[in-house]
Amino acid sequence: MKHTVLHEKHLALNAKMIEYAGYHMPVYYQGISEEHLAVRNHMGIFDVSHMGEILVDGKDALKFVNYLVTNQIIEDTSKVTYALFCYENGTVVDDLLVYVIKPEQILLVVNASNVEKDFEWIKSQSKGFDVNLRNVSDSYGQIAIQGPKVIDHIEEIIGIEGKDLSFMTYKVAPYMDGYIILSRTGYTGEDGFEIYGYPSYIEAIWDKAIEIGVVPCGLGARDTLRFEATLPLYGHEIDETINPVEAALNFAVKLDKEHFIGKDALVLYKEQPKRKLVGIELLERNIPRQGYPILKDGKEIGLITTGYLLPTQEKPIASALIEASYAVMGSEVEVLIRNKTVKATIRNRKFYNKNYKK
Amino acid sequence: MVKAGLLYSESHEWVEKDGNVGIVGISDHAQHELGSVVFIDLPKVGKVIKKGDAVGAVESVKAASDLYTPISGKIIEINEALENEPEMLNDNPYGAWIFKVEISEPSELDKLLSPEAYKEIAEE
Repeated sequence: MKHTVLHEKHLALNAKMIEYAGYHMPVYYQGISEEHLAVRNHMGIFDVSHMGEILVDGKDALKFVNYLVTNQIIEDTSKVTYALFCYENGTVVDDLLVYVIKPEQILLVVNASNVEKDFEWIKSQSKGFDVNLRNVSDSYGQIAIQGPKVIDHIEEIIGIEGKDLSFMTYKVAPYMDGYIILSRTGYTGEDGFEIYGYPSYIEAIWDKAIEIGVVPCGLGARDTLRFEATLPLYGHEIDETINPVEAALNFAVKLDKEHFIGKDALVLYKEQPKRKLVGIELLERNIPRQGYPILKDGKEIGLITTGYLLPTQEKPIASALIEASYAVMGSEVEVLIRNKTVKATIRNRKFYNKNYKK
Repeated sequence: MVKAGLLYSESHEWVEKDGNVGIVGISDHAQHELGSVVFIDLPKVGKVIKKGDAVGAVESVKAASDLYTPISGKIIEINEALENEPEMLNDNPYGAWIFKVEISEPSELDKLLSPEAYKEIAEE
């Protein structure tokens, strides 16, 4: 199993550890609920050094990345763009963040569980483009500091101001004897930053944050927070059998853009969507989890993609991918849980109002 | 912690014998592995169950863990207080019993683990 640079620190904090994407990672320190609330109300820090980083260098970098991803990538070295890679049939290879570092150098941040697959995919599509591809995942550390109080403390933690950045922008700033990437982004629905840098820098930032009282948070709270903010996770809301239109990610799919891989399939799909991602609320106390079937009049119409009973929500809630014709807000359905049917309603996915600083 | 005077299953339930009734809960090791319990899916009173059946579930925020019965018989009582306070399973695992069974196969008790034998499994 691989270790991130912060592994020893997780063990010293007595974290409950699990294997995730080949790494030995903390799932929680104190508890998922406590960490979820720390991020919603105060500040939390996450080790996300397992995430994958791929660099695209060369004259055709921008052109090539625009051919690969669904969103429009522009030559703006302060902008962070969320996008997806799709196959020709429109289903998802992975989702990612795109940073244009320079016109001829683009950083792609991908899911830890997909790094090798993504790198092979990108390489296989690069014929005819003047680009050089590098998987630099092992030389980048990454942490996320998230929560409403982070903006008041970021300078104390890293010695760099953050107020000049708005949501989905970044800057490269000097740190110690080199540089870090400071990005006003996150995966929690709260304001905050994601920071990329050499592993030794990440260690120093982690220590300072813990010292001033930022709560260490594990992958457990990372998942509950991103779910409540309806941010997709590969393997749940998106995967190789699901396309971004049905996963409600149209904002990141620019069908009016010049050709990109999967565009033709997605144009056709959008005209006649077969499935739709909806919210589900249970009317009885239980917990809807991934893979549980959704029934309407005894017929299976879809599956739960993620669901939880959260400390910030009165009702057990879930996202579910169902047949589009049944996606009627307020209609009653049933969720099959351990061979018992539990009554539920279809609702919107506004489980939480995101607090981004636009 | 493994409590003396109880019998244990390899799936981390405990049984206390009270005449022909078996009282069932989950071990301290089980609650510790689960983390904070936020929901319990209790079995129904009157249900006839066989040793090894999944009769309900104990769930943390993160995951659902099936609840198995270590003995066969008929469920005669469930601890409904756990529905509102599932965290009792964390706070006091040997006090927070989950269900009571009218034992139909007393010989099954002989195959359960002693506290000493269970301790070895739990500490692995």
